[in-house]
Amino acid sequence: MSRSFLGMPAFPRAAAVSTRDTRLRANLAHATHTIRDKRARAVAELDDWAQLRAAGAAIKDRTLRHLDHYLEQLEESVVAAGGRVHWAADADEANRIVARLVRETGEREVVKVKSMATQEIGLNEALADAGIRAYETDLAELIVQLGDDLPSHILVPAIHRNRAEIRDVFRREMGKWGRPAPEGLSDSPAELAEAARLHLREKFLTAKVGISGANFMVAESGTLVVVESEGNGRMCLTLPETLISVVGIEKTVPTWQDLEVFLQLLPRSSTAERMNPYTTTWTGTTDGDGPRTFHLVLLDNGRTDTLADTVGRQALRCIRCSACLNVCPVYERAGGHAYGSPYPGPIGAILTPQLRGVAGPLEQSLPYASSLCGACYEVCPVAIDIPEVLVHLRERVVEGGPVTRHGARVVLKPAKGHAAERAAMRAAAWAFDHPGALRGGMRLAARTRRLHPRRLPGPGRAWSDTRALPAVPAESFRDWWQRTRGGAAGPERGGRT
Amino acid sequence: MSSRDVVLARVRRALADVPRGEGPYDPPVPRDYRRVHGTRTPEETVELLAVNLADYRALVHRCAPAELPSLIGRLLAARGARTVVVPPGLDPRWLSAADVSVVPDRAADTARDLDAVDSVVTGCAVAVAETGTLVLDGGPDQGRRRITLVPDHHVCVVRVADQVVDSVPQALPRLSPRRPLTWISGPSATSDIELDRVEGVHGPRTLEVVLVGAGAEHGGAG
Ligand code: SF4
Repeated sequence: MSRSFLGMPAFPRAAAVSTRDTRLRANLAHATHTIRDKRARAVAELDDWAQLRAAGAAIKDRTLRHLDHYLEQLEESVVAAGGRVHWAADADEANRIVARLVRETGEREVVKVKSMATQEIGLNEALADAGIRAYETDLAELIVQLGDDLPSHILVPAIHRNRAEIRDVFRREMGKWGRPAPEGLSDSPAELAEAARLHLREKFLTAKVGISGANFMVAESGTLVVVESEGNGRMCLTLPETLISVVGIEKTVPTWQDLEVFLQLLPRSSTAERMNPYTTTWTGTTDGDGPRTFHLVLLDNGRTDTLADTVGRQALRCIRCSACLNVCPVYERAGGHAYGSPYPGPIGAILTPQLRGVAGPLEQSLPYASSLCGACYEVCPVAIDIPEVLVHLRERVVEGGPVTRHGARVVLKPAKGHAAERAAMRAAAWAFDHPGALRGGMRLAARTRRLHPRRLPGPGRAWSDTRALPAVPAESFRDWWQRTRGGAAGPERGGRT
Repeated sequence: MSSRDVVLARVRRALADVPRGEGPYDPPVPRDYRRVHGTRTPEETVELLAVNLADYRALVHRCAPAELPSLIGRLLAARGARTVVVPPGLDPRWLSAADVSVVPDRAADTARDLDAVDSVVTGCAVAVAETGTLVLDGGPDQGRRRITLVPDHHVCVVRVADQVVDSVPQALPRLSPRRPLTWISGPSATSDIELDRVEGVHGPRTLEVVLVGAGAEHGGAG
């Protein structure tokens, strides 16, 4: 069972550890640079990218400003098309609903297609508690699940694993979950993919219940859209008798026509393709084709709290393309795990503290996991001004103020004593210790100073202070992982195996 | 209070800043992006479709309508296919020159039955040139989604030029959201292992596209 992110150490600590692992860093650098270059070419093919981006942002803003209207419309359309709609105010409720729906089918196993929402709520662990085994079917998620690991990138969750490690995990673990890895499995990506195909086909052909998320939900028609590459999505969405989709309420778009914008923005911005290999759209149920029963679980879990913040609200436009990760100098060095949630990189740094609130040390430190260089904003296909939200959240951490938590207005106290400042200082010192992280980082320097709360250590100062690289590691990333994942010597872990 | 009411009430409270008189479609959406990228003749559009399909590792063939049965026959023979599943409304002439046993798609068949079938032959609803995409909408010559998913070899016939559009914005109005759609751009692929692209994971590992239309034979077989 894949591990949960609960109880992750705060960003500076986790980042300091993972930056010392040279292989992880090399993998990440290779990956992010490869995707970045390909993406630039895919985007350059469309000379109206700027207009598509503006339209994408505007459609999402339109939806968010009238989300109540569009959610009710969506519900009505899904029900009219033969689907059933459930509402979940938080993670626990969503998990309870899904577990109940699975139990009602009499099944004990489900196949899952990669979904960040279900990672966010810890669905696999909740299902395990209810005696239900959830099989991840995305190749990377399978690697993560078999390796009892955590995803580290939105798009390439196993980016921190190399091919030899993947082969070892397959050889060792596949047999425990189903069809074992073929004899003499090598570490060539083609053979590894074939092993996954064979292993998972057994599951697909017999699965009675599928669980998915969705990239988009069309309010006017009740249509859900899943964009994918491998075909595991199609398997999970069409072969089982029952389909349960858990989707954040912000994934709504008003009209069928709106997809013409997002189906151009998402594949190019995400996998740098003109179009991803497979996209499935479905509306309720269809006689004789696909699942006979369709459940849509609409998830809040902090989204309405985020919506209540007029500056932070824009984070809900995110279409999870992961482009901001690939351009982020801090992400490249820190790795995905340091962000302590399924949402790594710049988007994680603004989404996680808003979804969860900024009471914990990790959430307080995340707004500092940035050099404010602005590359994430430039690249974002829905024009989320991530640096603006980061600065806004820093203010909130240090100065407190009115916020919405679980739907209620509360006044947040400034983070206790100088703890926040210290956390900020550590985070800033870490980020700005890395000269490479700061190259081209001047875009917001002036603006940041202006917007910075009085008592915050200015990043401008921090990055001029020290330039030394970290000393010889006291503990490698792998050792740290080994030590903390077992829970014996490390801090209390929320995950289970 | 149901969770539905709770969530909707939270949404409404969160949106206190939105002026009362503003309607759901009032926030403006600029739609000055292009309907088509570039100007092309219909022939050029078909050519672009062929290039983009091939770029994503689909095998592209062209023929005139009269040549279609023999071409399909050759493709299935080259593949060594002995069994072929077809949707109920497929023109029977398409397989008239193929030396295979034709398996009709029956609702009672399980996914495992389909797994034993070598190939599938279908038509499509729309093909999008700019992205190299085939869209299947479950029409009579396309069938249930599972038949183009489980077999390892998919031959998809596109009628040029009437089924070919330039762009995604041109494709959507031709498709009904009420029908389950599958958009296919090349065979399935993954880059999950060290970003090495591997073609073919769970969907058909070989996708062959036949562009059929008058004059198409001059394009040659790809
Ligand atoms: S914030 Fe923007 S760039 Fe980052 S994942 Fe979301 S949509 Fe993509």
